[in-house]
Amino acid sequence: MSLDKATVSRIARLARIRVPDEDLERLGGELDNILSWVEQLGEVDTSDVPPMTSVVEMRLPKREDTVTDGAYPEKVLGNAPESEAGFFVVPKVVE
Amino acid sequence: MVGDDAVIEGATGSWEVVIGLEVHAQVISDAKLFSGAATAFGAEPNTQVSFIDAAMPGTLPVINEACVAQAVRTGLGLNAEINRYSVFDRKNYFYPDLPPNYQISQYAQPVVGPGMVRVDLEDGSVREVGIERLHLEQDAGKSLHDRRPDATCVDLNRAGVALMEIVSRPDLRGVGEAGAYIRKLRAILRYLGTCDGNMEQGSLRCDVNVSVRRPGAPLGTRCEIKNVNSVRFVQQAIDYEARRQIDILEGGGEIEQETRLFDADRGVTRSMRRKEEAHDYRYFPDPDLLPLELSDAYIDAIRAGLPELPDQKKVRFVEQLGLSEYDAGVLVAEKEVADYFERVADGREAKTASNWVTGELFGKLNESGREITDSPVSPDDLGDLIDLVADGTLSGRLAKEVFDAMFESGRPPGEIVEERGLEQVSDRGEIEALVDTVVGENADKVEEYRAGKDKLFGFFVGQVMKASQGRANPKVVNDILRQKLD
Amino acid sequence: MAELTRLTIAEARDRLRGREFSARELAQAHNLAVEKARPLNAIVLETADRALDMAEVSDKRIANGEEGVLEGIPLAVKDLFCTDGVRATAGSRILGNFVPPYESTVTANLWNAGAVMLGKANMDEFAMGSSNETSCFGPVENPWRLPGNGSPIVPGGSSGGSASIVAARAALGATGTDTGGSVRQPASFTGLVGLKPTYGRCSRWGIIAFASSLDQAGPLTRTVRDAAIMLTAMSGYDPKDSTSADVPVPDFEAALGGDIKGLRVGIPDEYRTDELPAEIAALWQQGLRWLEDAGAETRDVRLPHTKYALPAYYIVAPAEASSNLARYDGVRYGLRVKGEDLVDMYERTRAEGFGPEVTRRVMIGTYVLSEGYYDAYYLQAQKVRTLVARDFENAFEHVDVLLTPTAPSEAFAVGDKSDDPIAMYLNDVFTVPASMAGLPAISVPAGLSKSGLPLGLQLIGKAFDEETVLRTADVLESAAGFEAEPEPWWEMTQ
Repeated sequence: MSLDKATVSRIARLARIRVPDEDLERLGGELDNILSWVEQLGEVDTSDVPPMTSVVEMRLPKREDTVTDGAYPEKVLGNAPESEAGFFVVPKVVE
Repeated sequence: MVGDDAVIEGATGSWEVVIGLEVHAQVISDAKLFSGAATAFGAEPNTQVSFIDAAMPGTLPVINEACVAQAVRTGLGLNAEINRYSVFDRKNYFYPDLPPNYQISQYAQPVVGPGMVRVDLEDGSVREVGIERLHLEQDAGKSLHDRRPDATCVDLNRAGVALMEIVSRPDLRGVGEAGAYIRKLRAILRYLGTCDGNMEQGSLRCDVNVSVRRPGAPLGTRCEIKNVNSVRFVQQAIDYEARRQIDILEGGGEIEQETRLFDADRGVTRSMRRKEEAHDYRYFPDPDLLPLELSDAYIDAIRAGLPELPDQKKVRFVEQLGLSEYDAGVLVAEKEVADYFERVADGREAKTASNWVTGELFGKLNESGREITDSPVSPDDLGDLIDLVADGTLSGRLAKEVFDAMFESGRPPGEIVEERGLEQVSDRGEIEALVDTVVGENADKVEEYRAGKDKLFGFFVGQVMKASQGRANPKVVNDILRQKLD
Repeated sequence: MAELTRLTIAEARDRLRGREFSARELAQAHNLAVEKARPLNAIVLETADRALDMAEVSDKRIANGEEGVLEGIPLAVKDLFCTDGVRATAGSRILGNFVPPYESTVTANLWNAGAVMLGKANMDEFAMGSSNETSCFGPVENPWRLPGNGSPIVPGGSSGGSASIVAARAALGATGTDTGGSVRQPASFTGLVGLKPTYGRCSRWGIIAFASSLDQAGPLTRTVRDAAIMLTAMSGYDPKDSTSADVPVPDFEAALGGDIKGLRVGIPDEYRTDELPAEIAALWQQGLRWLEDAGAETRDVRLPHTKYALPAYYIVAPAEASSNLARYDGVRYGLRVKGEDLVDMYERTRAEGFGPEVTRRVMIGTYVLSEGYYDAYYLQAQKVRTLVARDFENAFEHVDVLLTPTAPSEAFAVGDKSDDPIAMYLNDVFTVPASMAGLPAISVPAGLSKSGLPLGLQLIGKAFDEETVLRTADVLESAAGFEAEPEPWWEMTQ
């Protein structure tokens, strides 16, 4: 199996990483090498094996329903590349 | 039983409209699903945001136990299976109001499985609508596109608030059923106290799946209409979308499965310009969380604490209080109405209480555009008014006048009756004097009556009541008039 | 005051309590050493003033008899830990000048115990790497060099800066994180002790996530005792981390010094690969004899799915990373590169912000989770992971601890493997299985290679049995008597 340019391009788009056309083939080759190597997993018979959900045996802890956090907009926005009047600002979104 | 609007006549024959609804109901909780930030509506932007909600690096989710309980409570209220083991997954997609660029949701293993809602239709019949599942997930923040011409502003206050996504089976036919289903679901959520059902504030939002088919044919290709925020809009959207699909099919075209937006201003649905290209959410179990495991004891405890729900209440109103199916249905449709009615009916004749609530009170509320929760007449005052009629202090006619005054002023009936001197007069001597005056002033009519014109009896009653300014006890007036005239 | 930087944590602690020197003097000596060690590129942000301030507080607490277990001990912190008000980068351009307004639980625990922060340590970008060559700040150098050869060699990764600065005697210890070997392998490459605790032992709150189901914080120190002291302070249940284990934290230092008579040590057959260099195989044998001489019983065990652990890891970890790193989008913090529209802004920001290795792993992770591939890759990998964990469970029915090499090679030259991702991944072949099973494991320096570079041996224990791991490591350390130190060439270059 090999990764064609269209597939690499689709994956890059899903991952929101810009990959220039001239790099698609090289990157496809690199990914292909890694994928061919991990495909040896197909040899393992896992028909009755459950997937790992957690390496430690424990139950999901829960928090109480009380307001203990928030009310610090200056900290939330403090690292923002662009903000205004308490909002994060991003390029116009068209729906 | 299928509603009248379930079948649409096209140019080439009839089409059946098939509808499934995905309702996103905001869970009533103080804090968010996975953080300790507040959930209150209408706060200043980004003031109810924790580092977790803003997806700051290294922050981690911890689930709010109350939100889990609310989901289980809702599942039980929808007669659904509660899954002892469920899993939180990440749904991966990029959007600026989704800070981690994944939503924590439940995909393959939701907390609640199949259930059923009984929907009361307008013709009095009941339709059972299947619930496919209910799962817990995070809400997104809010993108404001109109604040600036060149940019979108993002407020994360809502990001991370708990939602229940309640997915119906495609069991609904026609806009009437869709509306009735949403109203019933909303009522159940409000009875349970798991969602306030406020559609204006976005606490209840619907995604509508619409397809059309020839009656009896297999299901057609569906379109999903996103984020429709009132019952009326849901109905408009279905109506428009069904006709759009029929036009395409009758024109020889095919329906493209897609997500559409409802334009409330124009009453139309339109294709989203932002195509969710690829549409590949790459769900996988959230490694920051563990599977949610619920014990039988936990579920039983929640079951034991469930309130009486509208279906059960209706049965009780009919069987124990002797109300008609219709009246009982009206009274249980909204939790606040049922609560009001039960308070009025407490220790009183249920039928009378029902008549007052569904008659006078509803009339006045409608007239003034108020909800029952803003009624100027409290249930206790209405109860007192009914008591005044029952013990003969007030006549039925004056009681209505007093009720109007109560509605105007918000004052208790006793005060109004006393101030206006409206107590009913039952004293025989006082009434006899009035009767004598009326009989004396109308000698000619007395002659006619005695000559056989029986109908005139009503005239005399009227005159006596008028002379008493309506306060005379009609029964005593009748009594004395018969004595004097016959 | 150069001798102050040559102490172990245990010695420094005892002598601070004995008022032989002050915490401030200790901090000053280390600030100076950090400055001298700049040629190593091990520290990306020096916090010398903060170190002095913290040391002064420590001196007061010592004077008042209120000292914590790490009072006045100067440490470096891997730049993956969020520290309140101090820039955190994860070695990535994409975080820009991100200054977290919150503190990781592990570092908070360390500061509560009295530790002093010297600075933030360089690392592979987002902890993805085994040589510390993928950092946006450039590669870290190993203080060790081949005798008579001045060309730089790698310190291992991803906690390469942490390892380098401790090995260079400029910090008494450092925090690292270990996802597939990122504490143990650099420890082996730099002649240090590196401990990865049981998954859940240390809170992940405030540690910038790479692969959530694998990431664990751990100490890099010069001795096993120091690792035990640091682990005691770092550990503990944290209600802010749903995967944090609510188990008691023993005083790990108290576990040391006991004898290991009758201890059953397992030797996993599958780790004897054809590619294993003879000198490492020999050192492994030597380690076995040391433990036998101390009264342990050794026996062969089988871990049949070992060879599949690494490829499974290279599916699970990138899958989780692809999702964990989605938040770096130029909206709320870090780098933003302007674009024609929102999507263009995302794509340019992430293309410019992520280096080649991170891009590769995010792409692999995205691919293996995508529709049509999830079952064949991700699900299969998680099933294999179950089998890997079961192998260990079965083995631990017969033995108490496992002994293996830490890495299949000594430290290599900068640039040697950076063009071949799979050759780089194979560095983790012995460390990844324990990570996949969530088990505690330690690397102990056991000797020098023929060419004069350090080599480590790894001990793997049962879940939450760090005490046995540490007790055995202590015995191994004493037997090996590893005393070698790198020549301080970096001090000469200035």
